[in-house]
Amino acid sequence: MSLLELKHIYKIYGELHALDDVSLKVEKGEWVSIMGPSGSGKSTMMNIIGCMDKPTKGEVLLDGVDIAKESARNLTAIRRDKIGLIFQQFHLVNYLTAVENVMLAQYYHSMPDEKEAMEALDRVGLADRAKHLPSQLSGGEQQRVCVARALINYPEIILADEPTGNLDEANEEIVVDLFHKLHNEGTTLIVVTHDPEVAEVAQRTLVLRSGKLHKEIVNQNFTGKIHFEDMDTFRKEETQ
Amino acid sequence: MKKRSMYFRMITASLLRRRSRMLVALLSIAIGATVLSGLVTIYYDVPRQMGAQFRNYGANMILTGSDGRFTASDMERSLKEIPMEELVGAAPYRYENVRIHEQPVVGAATDMTGAKAASPFWRVEGEWPASDGQIMVGANVAESFRLKTGDLLTVSYTPEEHVETDNTIDLTITGILDTGGSEEDFVYLTLADMEKLTGEVSAFDVAELSVSAQSDVLSRYAEKIGEAVPAVGAHLVKRVTASETTVLSKLQALVLLVTIVVLALTMICVATTMTAVVAERRKEIGLRKAIGASDRSIIGEFLGESMLLGCIGGVLGAGLGYVFAQQVSLRVFSSEIRFQLLLIPATILVSVLVTGLSSLLPIRSATDVDPALVLKGE
Repeated sequence: MSLLELKHIYKIYGELHALDDVSLKVEKGEWVSIMGPSGSGKSTMMNIIGCMDKPTKGEVLLDGVDIAKESARNLTAIRRDKIGLIFQQFHLVNYLTAVENVMLAQYYHSMPDEKEAMEALDRVGLADRAKHLPSQLSGGEQQRVCVARALINYPEIILADEPTGNLDEANEEIVVDLFHKLHNEGTTLIVVTHDPEVAEVAQRTLVLRSGKLHKEIVNQNFTGKIHFEDMDTFRKEETQ
Repeated sequence: MKKRSMYFRMITASLLRRRSRMLVALLSIAIGATVLSGLVTIYYDVPRQMGAQFRNYGANMILTGSDGRFTASDMERSLKEIPMEELVGAAPYRYENVRIHEQPVVGAATDMTGAKAASPFWRVEGEWPASDGQIMVGANVAESFRLKTGDLLTVSYTPEEHVETDNTIDLTITGILDTGGSEEDFVYLTLADMEKLTGEVSAFDVAELSVSAQSDVLSRYAEKIGEAVPAVGAHLVKRVTASETTVLSKLQALVLLVTIVVLALTMICVATTMTAVVAERRKEIGLRKAIGASDRSIIGEFLGESMLLGCIGGVLGAGLGYVFAQQVSLRVFSSEIRFQLLLIPATILVSVLVTGLSSLLPIRSATDVDPALVLKGE
């Protein structure tokens, strides 16, 4: 059984088909990128996979449970227990320190544990910045706190929305390295990105266009290292 | 770490690290609590303050003998039924027909200190008699006999059983009494001088009491006196007590009305401020929901914050409210207000409840925030 399976998903707003018969599977431990231009349905798909929205039609099976049929309260519980979220704009609580922001996820999940939160910050290389407020951290550091917060409860899936969208090259590299580390530890990653260089390091890249699954690029040579051949073809197509 | 510790860590961090934002909310709560606490202090102190003012209008309780005169011991036992701190003054009176220049005049013997306290509105030209051998005469008497302060006055008394022999006593006039009432027709001498003049131990016709209490309390005291001392009957001076009650109840109703209006305005003000506070934190609420916060948790956290804010505002309000009430009291009643200790916890409690209640609506609406908003990167 796949960890995540979307079966003929539709999301319709009036005349607009934000998602139009999309089906896909994500296996446990897989690293999948979702790419596509603006308005292609990436955000809608993220919201549905992240249990923040429901499809108009179709089934979304997460660990065998159809989340499309769950109540809002159950969706909150699923989000809390199974999904770690990483945002483009970090979204840290600005009056809580780095370690408190990580503990916030623990607080809603089970029991806050400062030692464990410190270890998570250590994993993202921010142990020495634990007592700093978000305003005292650089963009890259804030994103790493966001990563630490996402992984603190050992979620089934880490869902990242443009995780490098607001970062410079050096910080982008740090975050991608962190994804490698998480993937090697067996975490399932779904990364939505505009950046082909971030997308191409995944095992698979799904390309959305006008709400449909336009293309699936499998990185046959995935070893945890970056391979560009398949993405080069994609880039050429995009520029044409 | 326990969940509760994290909860308090979060809400205190929100207040302490967002000082400038929270200061506005705190200010509105503290001002509301100050005015409320001040008005309630005044509301409860008005009867005491006004009671003291009313006491300037003279006695509000009269003691008479149930069967003729009553003794000093009856008087003493009667006064024991009234708390000392409420007894402003007590003046026993013994009236005898005396003669001045062979003309009959009513001589009133009293305890001068008690009379002065019980009748503060009496205007005395000169001085009150301070010791035996001194006398105060009413203005009408002074005019009839052309008396003035410093004169030596011979007062005569004819005991009924010895009509042929007069007792006389020479007294120095220390003051002329001007009240605008029947008191101007009397002469006032000390109880000891009257005993000397009449050769009889003093027994009283009447005693005027000035008690700082409302009419219902006064009635209770009167009943207690009647029960404890059968020889004495205690009666309220209805003219004084009834008007006191009317003025007091109207004044209290006015203060209560203002208090209710202020309470309503405070609630509106706090609710508006909390709505603004919640509105500017929609993203944070969305984030909390996105990472798994239930509606209940969010309500609990925001309510905790606002109640902590209410608590701090209440503490400030209790302190500042006292200062406010004190200033009002000094300006209006020219006397210090009595500090009500119970008002501190009451102000804090009311402040916490008012802030909590006024925040409830905006907080409940906060749970409607769509967590997807934060994912969209808005």
